[in-house]
Amino acid sequence: MITLNVNGRPHRIDADPDTPLLYVLRDHLALNGAKFGCGLGQCGACTVMADGEAIFSCIVPVAVLQNRKIRTVEGLGTIEAPGPMQRAFIEAQAAQCGYCIPGMMMRAQALLERNPSAPEAEIRAQLSPNLCRCGIHLRIVRAVGRAAALMKGAAAPAGAGGTARNSAGATGGSTSATGDNGSGAG
Amino acid sequence: MSGMTDLGISRRGFLAGGGALIASFSLSPLSAEKDPSPPATKAPKLPGNLEKQPMLDSWIRIGADGSIMVFTGKAELGQGIKTALLQIAAEQLSVGMERIQLISADTQRTPDEGYTAGSRSLQDSGSAILHAAAQVREMLIDEAATRLNVPRQRLGTERGEVRADDGRRIAYGALVAGRLLQVRAQAQSKLKAPGERSVMGKSVSRVDIPGKVTGGVVYVQDLRLPGMVHARVVRPPRYGARLAQLDAGAAEKMTGVLKIVRDGDYVAVVAGREYQAIQAMRALGDTARWEGGRRLPQQRDLYSTIQRMPAEDTVIADDSSAAAGSGTPPGAGSPVPFAIEAAYHRPYQLHGAIGPSCAVGLLKDGMLTLWTHSQGVYPLRAAIAEMTKMPAERVHCIHMEGSGCYGHNAADDAAADAALIARAFPGRPVRVQWMREEEHAWEPFGPAMVTRARASIDADGGIAAWQYQVWSNAHSTRPAPAGNLMPAWHLRSGFLPPPPRPIPQPEGGGDRNAIPLYKFPKVHVTHHFIPDMPLRVSALRALGAYMNVFSIESFMDELAGAARADPVAYRLRHLEDPRAREVIRITAARFGWQAYRARRGRGRGFAFARYKNLAAYAAIAMEVEVERETGEVRVGRVVAAVDSGEAVNPDGIRSQIEGGIVQSLSWTLFEAVMFDQTRITSRDWSSYPILRFAHLPQSIEVHVIDRPGEPFLGTGEAAQGPAAAALGNAVADATGVRIRELPLNRARVKAAIGI
Repeated sequence: MITLNVNGRPHRIDADPDTPLLYVLRDHLALNGAKFGCGLGQCGACTVMADGEAIFSCIVPVAVLQNRKIRTVEGLGTIEAPGPMQRAFIEAQAAQCGYCIPGMMMRAQALLERNPSAPEAEIRAQLSPNLCRCGIHLRIVRAVGRAAALMKGAAAPAGAGGTARNSAGATGGSTSATGDNGSGAG
Repeated sequence: MSGMTDLGISRRGFLAGGGALIASFSLSPLSAEKDPSPPATKAPKLPGNLEKQPMLDSWIRIGADGSIMVFTGKAELGQGIKTALLQIAAEQLSVGMERIQLISADTQRTPDEGYTAGSRSLQDSGSAILHAAAQVREMLIDEAATRLNVPRQRLGTERGEVRADDGRRIAYGALVAGRLLQVRAQAQSKLKAPGERSVMGKSVSRVDIPGKVTGGVVYVQDLRLPGMVHARVVRPPRYGARLAQLDAGAAEKMTGVLKIVRDGDYVAVVAGREYQAIQAMRALGDTARWEGGRRLPQQRDLYSTIQRMPAEDTVIADDSSAAAGSGTPPGAGSPVPFAIEAAYHRPYQLHGAIGPSCAVGLLKDGMLTLWTHSQGVYPLRAAIAEMTKMPAERVHCIHMEGSGCYGHNAADDAAADAALIARAFPGRPVRVQWMREEEHAWEPFGPAMVTRARASIDADGGIAAWQYQVWSNAHSTRPAPAGNLMPAWHLRSGFLPPPPRPIPQPEGGGDRNAIPLYKFPKVHVTHHFIPDMPLRVSALRALGAYMNVFSIESFMDELAGAARADPVAYRLRHLEDPRAREVIRITAARFGWQAYRARRGRGRGFAFARYKNLAAYAAIAMEVEVERETGEVRVGRVVAAVDSGEAVNPDGIRSQIEGGIVQSLSWTLFEAVMFDQTRITSRDWSSYPILRFAHLPQSIEVHVIDRPGEPFLGTGEAAQGPAAAALGNAVADATGVRIRELPLNRARVKAAIGI
């Protein structure tokens, strides 16, 4: 039996000590946030936090994680009461299929806990181990910037993606981390 | 990509609301000319997929308690279709989106809408729901008029009630007793006027995102059913290999292993825990001895191999009597040599879902239930029924989201695995997920392609004649039949893939967007359809349009260069369609095309296409910087304009275009499936690199041109071709060297600029 502390709660796990954390989270603890992507530490879909550090749960055996505090996206908040990182991703509409997103959020959470004022370049660098196939990266970067603001409690109003209706002209929206025009939802 | 027959019908007549229905045709001019008998006088078609499923209660049901259910045969793939369909229904029914329960893609509950593909969900399902909801609303008003004994002009709808101007109101639930909605749809609907709309056309928060960011049960990968077990499959090392020997003894004794499944060359293992299944699959795989297998072409000779393979040639555009390949421009009497000629090459490319494909199957009481992220639950059901020799009504396919697929990936194959393993292990749900190397090596790739463009320029620099050829495999090998399910190939009574067929114009497959939207005096376009498939291929987002738009738009820049013309002005010179001109004009203006001054090592590129020549218009401009020492291309600012007709969720459109641009940049800068003569060697993300955050553009700006009241134009694939071509054109502008072979990776760019 292995004892794991996940999202602030201890769990007794009956698993082979070599079992990568990912399978214990998903299969024993029924947590959906960490995803299987490659099993090789190449894509980051399985990223969770251990003692504040982002790790690839698909390659780290549970045996080495005893006595470490593991945090998954479920530990950031709930659908009824989403935490700042989750609210930021919703506001920025920073997901398409969304499969990579929990891993992105956990890697970003680790960064912001280390450096609450991480500049955009650092956010991009931090997220580099994680792959997104829908191409929603710029919204992810922006969501992380937004999360930083929400965590400081000094958040600006949410980006309003209102698009005026104009059959002749164009309406714009730009997505960059420093975008001039919100593309979030109303 | 299915049911092409009614594509040409414009829905403008229906969407206009009142007045006589006119089924106008918006076939591309060329196809229209060639079609000898357009069915202009047929009975009026119903809007969208109401034509296939005309009963209103197939789409909308209202309970006596006021609950509202809307049904769609289309599937959420991460493109946001659920949100857009809810907006449409909520708007026309005058209720909040949260009041509606949307049921999608389920063979026992929803209409059969074929595949969720071809950027057709809003056209097909959105139009159907738009009109069904509007007609339901009118019926509710009629019913209320009778009950309240007031003229219907004095009634309106609000918040799920019909309200009279004297203050009386009746909730929808009280009006729908009996069989009110069991009626056929009409061809015409009284739609809310654009000015009355409050939900459509607004950027609303997507309904699926909160669950995705909080660890909800969102994906089929997350499904946990009581008693569920896990399975993995031992795949052959290469196409066509046969299982000569297998020793299941050791694996059978491993902890948690419940069953080894073998049927011919098909081998799978079932275990209680997922990681036990993986370990047993590996142990079992180690004992397998495989023999033989199909020989693959030499990768370095790929393009010449493709062009030497037997092809079925179709001339898809010919406004002259000239034959293809004559060496003279099409057109009688004036043989001018083609001044300019270029060939372009595209390798095989992956869908590359971040989450490997997955399905859950359960065989119980003679009923096979499959939870799947297939793009087409009904076609999948037919294929599974054929494979398992079960009647289709005993197979139930339920869509759940998977990781983004971007076309026909391994989703259906994983469902076939779940069916086969569940059949061998009945009574308990079986979850099977693919491993990364299976997904890379066995998914059907986007086909390698070769294109060749030739043109002559007149004395004024205009394009006088245009000839274009495209060589390609099939772009759809979807199930059904069962032979298109890869696991079925390996069964003892194995299924063979059927002969592939090209997708006809106007949508096209390999020849999608091969006919330029530009107006040239002489145009000749040939599609060389290659039936033999050395590597497994099928539909990858945008199909042939990605390569054809890359080729055509690269060539337009080459011709503009020869004519010493500005690339944007040169495009406008050859383009009549006012909406095409508008997206180009807006993109150029917002990018600052005129005022642009390149710094050293930098360049700008522009490209345009109307997807399939009948869906959304998109124009893209971007700046790149090329590091001469390494050949690395860095993308700076990207500006796009898109015209999707009536914009239901403008932010959803922006998201699709942004994502499409970044994904296309990934394909175009990095991606090529690698193989040797025995096997696929791209088996993970290091042997098939894709774009990472370090390679992101600096910014992407998307301008949505909303046209309320106009038909929906599919948008999900509109950016793929223009983004690739804008990048290629920008690299050419920055370096002075035109690169015509994809991808534009560092090695190729460095070699091309000769440092």
